[in-house]
Amino acid sequence: MSATPEVTEAAEPPPAAVLAGTVAVPGRRWTAGSRRGFGWAFWVSAAVLGLIALAAVAPSLLAPHDPLATDLAAVLAPPSAEHVFGTDESGRDIASRLVHGARNAVLLGVGATAIAVGVGSVVGVIAGLGNRLLDGLLMRLTDVSLAFPELLLALLIIAVFGGGTLNVVLAIGIAGIPNYARLIRGQTLAVRRSGYVEAARGIGLNRRRIVTGHVLPNAIRPVIVLATIGIGTATLAGAGLSFLGLGVSPPTPEWGSMLSVSRNYLELAWWYGAFPGLAITALVISTTTMGRQLQARVEGRTG
Amino acid sequence: MTQARGRTVRPYLRRIGARALAGVGVLFGAATLGFLALYVLPGDPVYAIAGNPDQVSLSAEQVAAIRETYGFDQPLYQQYLEYLGQLVRGDLGTSYQRQQPVTTLIADQLGPTVQLAAAAFATTLVLAFAVSLLTAKRRFGRGVSSVVELFFISAPGFWVGIVLLTVFSFRLGWLPAIGSGGWQTLVLPALTIAVGAAPPLIQVLRNGLEDTLDEPFVLTARTRGLSEAAVRLRHALRHALIPLTTLTGFLVGGLLGGAVIAETLFSRQGVGRVLVTAVTANDVPLVLGLVLLAALAYVVVNFLVDVVYPLIDPRLRSEVTA
Repeated sequence: MSATPEVTEAAEPPPAAVLAGTVAVPGRRWTAGSRRGFGWAFWVSAAVLGLIALAAVAPSLLAPHDPLATDLAAVLAPPSAEHVFGTDESGRDIASRLVHGARNAVLLGVGATAIAVGVGSVVGVIAGLGNRLLDGLLMRLTDVSLAFPELLLALLIIAVFGGGTLNVVLAIGIAGIPNYARLIRGQTLAVRRSGYVEAARGIGLNRRRIVTGHVLPNAIRPVIVLATIGIGTATLAGAGLSFLGLGVSPPTPEWGSMLSVSRNYLELAWWYGAFPGLAITALVISTTTMGRQLQARVEGRTG
Repeated sequence: MTQARGRTVRPYLRRIGARALAGVGVLFGAATLGFLALYVLPGDPVYAIAGNPDQVSLSAEQVAAIRETYGFDQPLYQQYLEYLGQLVRGDLGTSYQRQQPVTTLIADQLGPTVQLAAAAFATTLVLAFAVSLLTAKRRFGRGVSSVVELFFISAPGFWVGIVLLTVFSFRLGWLPAIGSGGWQTLVLPALTIAVGAAPPLIQVLRNGLEDTLDEPFVLTARTRGLSEAAVRLRHALRHALIPLTTLTGFLVGGLLGGAVIAETLFSRQGVGRVLVTAVTANDVPLVLGLVLLAALAYVVVNFLVDVVYPLIDPRLRSEVTA
């Protein structure tokens, strides 16, 4: 046919793919690593994520103080040897609160991404494998959901189901489903038409074996890599929602809500606003960096 | 002459017509999803209107009265058609919390948000064009810029705002920390939104520029003695604009989502604040009205881009390209 439909179809890929695709360009060779190993940026990111994971699993190992213990003698105290990141408005140790907040951040990022990728994979694979009705429905549905900004969609879900940690995870996860579904559908279609699947069909493998042995692994692998970046994006969205006061309630240590409270004390205590934000940023930079390098890897292998 | 014109104009019009129809389809789908959110998913909307069932006890007659007022006693399909009819007439329903038309509540607060979004949009574009033009095909600039971009893509928008507040309002005292009035109050919120929205644009634009700068016609332009600036501005930029279409959705979402966060952070008036208050109060019609409005903005912006792009890229005007 003409070139026109091609242009319109290419006009709007899912945002996650756009971002990952655009940021994963080579050219930053000093961090991209050699052909054999990953670069130092990958290992620094891995170390940061390892530290966050350790804090999430065993916070009392890392935290110097009780995250809930108040000390009215040291309210809004600047960083010192005793309190490395200072204290908050009740004299609680910010560093310890950050360590204890890691679990929430990790659960949120991983949980929401798992929902989005899990449900998205099932829907995307079924649509891509040729259920016409579902395929049409899915594509229309993702067209529609692309029109809702992700934050606003999550806000709508929270307005319907209410706030709280679990609902925030659900809201971000659900808001992310259409993107992954669309992505996996595209991957499935591409793999189905590839040479090796044709070859498998040619040597007479049955449909089930082709689907489970060839189509599924190859369609999902690149998406799993993208999901690494997705964990960071989900963490960001979750921090935004708790900043708006829709996640956990204080005094539970949580990075987004710490920042939300810190807004009232910025004039007095820069450290209160600075360190929780750095923690979120470090987590997201690490997942993004690792995701990009893994992606370059996967693409290098298939390409 | 007329024949040649007809050959380029008619497919263009047909394409625009098709895009308009698709846009209407998306809006219809959005409205349908909205209806589901309103009527099917939550428990009993009566209590969302009257208040928490633990605190408010309603007699059977009161419940029936509320049901009748809001039409909950009608069959579902009739409520659905009613709802669609309302939307077509530009009526977004009545807020549960404030008992006022949603359109009135939104219209009252739209001004400051539009201002903020416009300022943020302009800042984003300036940042995107300046940085991509300056760093394309320049090893050092690109390297530094990539790190900065990664940082701002990864940092939460509201945290960037907090840092800006700490530095420019509280430390240096250059700009007001809160409020909405006067251009000074726009600077920090717009900048907060823009530094989050610009990096993906920068990356797409720069990739486009770098691809274009390898094209033979750029070499031709250089041999004609054009300066580097002229090559980039007059020849490469126009080509690099095309892939930007893929980011319109991202940009609209980024600006609107950013406005919600920035209005809360900087205590500005606007629909973002209304939205957050409505979400906390489970005021679904008001939230839905705002979300549908965002969807409308997305559809309109996408449509406008579809209309404008063939004017930038003549190749999109005719069907005889490939």
